Amino acid sequence: MDFDALFSGLDRHTLDGITRGSIYALVALGYTMVYGVMKLINFAHSEVFMVGTWAVLGVYTALGVSAGAGLAVVIGATLLALLAAMLASAGTALAVERIAYRPLRKKGAPPLIFLITGIGCSIVLVEIFGQVFKVFFGAPFGRVTVNIPSVLQTKELFTIPGLDLTITNTRVIIIVGAIVMMLALDTFVNKSRLGRGVRAVAQDPDTASLMGVNRERVIMLVFILGGAMAGVAALLYTIQYDITKFDIGFIIGLKAFTAAVLGGIGNLRGALVGGLLLGIAEVYASTIWSSEWANVTAFVVLVVILMFRPTGLLGESLGKARA
Amino acid sequence: MLLEMKDAVLSYGKIEALHGISLEVAEGEIVALIGANGAGKTSTMRGLSGVRGLASGSVVFDGEDVTKLRADQRLRKGLVLCPEGRGIFPGMTVTENLNMGAYTRKDKEAIEQDYERVFGLFPRLLERKKQVAGTMSGGEQQMLAIGRALMSRPKLLMLDEPSMGLAPMLIQQIFDIISEIAQQGTTILVVEQNAKQALSRADRAYVLETGHIVKSGTGVELLDDPTVREAYLGVA
Repeated sequence: MDFDALFSGLDRHTLDGITRGSIYALVALGYTMVYGVMKLINFAHSEVFMVGTWAVLGVYTALGVSAGAGLAVVIGATLLALLAAMLASAGTALAVERIAYRPLRKKGAPPLIFLITGIGCSIVLVEIFGQVFKVFFGAPFGRVTVNIPSVLQTKELFTIPGLDLTITNTRVIIIVGAIVMMLALDTFVNKSRLGRGVRAVAQDPDTASLMGVNRERVIMLVFILGGAMAGVAALLYTIQYDITKFDIGFIIGLKAFTAAVLGGIGNLRGALVGGLLLGIAEVYASTIWSSEWANVTAFVVLVVILMFRPTGLLGESLGKARA
Repeated sequence: MLLEMKDAVLSYGKIEALHGISLEVAEGEIVALIGANGAGKTSTMRGLSGVRGLASGSVVFDGEDVTKLRADQRLRKGLVLCPEGRGIFPGMTVTENLNMGAYTRKDKEAIEQDYERVFGLFPRLLERKKQVAGTMSGGEQQMLAIGRALMSRPKLLMLDEPSMGLAPMLIQQIFDIISEIAQQGTTILVVEQNAKQALSRADRAYVLETGHIVKSGTGVELLDDPTVREAYLGVA
């Protein structure tokens, strides 16, 4: 146990935690929005994220960019990768909805069945990247970790005097990017007409339909939005870690789901709170003990908080969450 | 006829709640549907509004067969239900709830006029514009629910138990407003346990018992009908 290591670099570790937590929070939004309107945990959402990371790799490979390109190329390639990741993830989420959930909904299947088909979709997607694509296209697909060119290279921007805290460009992009996307989503859900429809379905689906809200379209919308947010998370993840893998979604998805529950599932702001808290707890734990303890700590935090607040920290539904 | 329901059968799983109901509402009428708890009043409303599909039978609205349409599609045609238990969105403010009523509409100027109409009928809602609806009293929530339904510009406004859980004075007030809405030219179908209020305001009424319509007539006729008086008005 090394509390000195934690306290001597508390500011640095907190920043690390916020970085990690921002990515969890973005992925958590997808779980939380779908839960809000359908009361369903979309277990294929982890793979929605995974597909996004491959889209980033695909864009970089197609453009042939690599580390050390000029500034204009870096910005262009990164934005293109962002767009591709958002489209790929949103498309995957929508496909999962169409194939695994909608036909069951039309037939009035019991809730448990949706969990099974969600898990099934998750496995299929993992194996597509781990096996099917390997057979058809060969490398880089397969069951190995793949490097993604670090097109956006880490540069020190400035040092905060007195704190011994060095701020890098990638940190700024990840944290600011995540916060901007979350603010945009929050504003959309709380202020726009379609957002009001989403909240109405979350609060009371029958009454929402009596107001003329088309529930099917709201469901499509939340899958697209949640998927797009996972796509953003995928790009930010590759900026930070420079890798992807066929089963990369599993642990991130599990953490993001935990973050969503921690903050109060169905609550957009809860996803942010839960994500950041989880990220910080993990980094602190890895510093005090070792990185093997990160996951243990994350779930102990979850269990302890749920013991005292069973509905999560902010504990409201998507519909009721208000400023 | 503005609305025609024919031989409607509605079931929940294996339990049949409506065993073949037929009713009609003509333009400009106030029609009441009375009956005891569990008679099928709310099921009738669910079937008419499209919240639940019929097992058999049909609903024709404004000359068009809407039996297969979803609730949100029927609303766009002007068939509007103000649901039982008010069904306001508790996490939204009064204004946001009213906005939901106008969800499908794009005619901004007419929407503004309708806001003024609703605030004219319910001055209390104007005072509480920014309040979160879940924190309001039962009477205020009922006013909000009716106001919100009006924001959809109904051709036919269906009200499911508008008096439920309200104090007698408030019930009087709510029914006065319903009469006023009817005078302004909206056709009304109201479901009520409070048979006295409903029958005295209605042009025509139907009596529902265990999923069947057992009686129909003008409001006055039913008010004077001995069996109705005994069963629903508490007079021997």
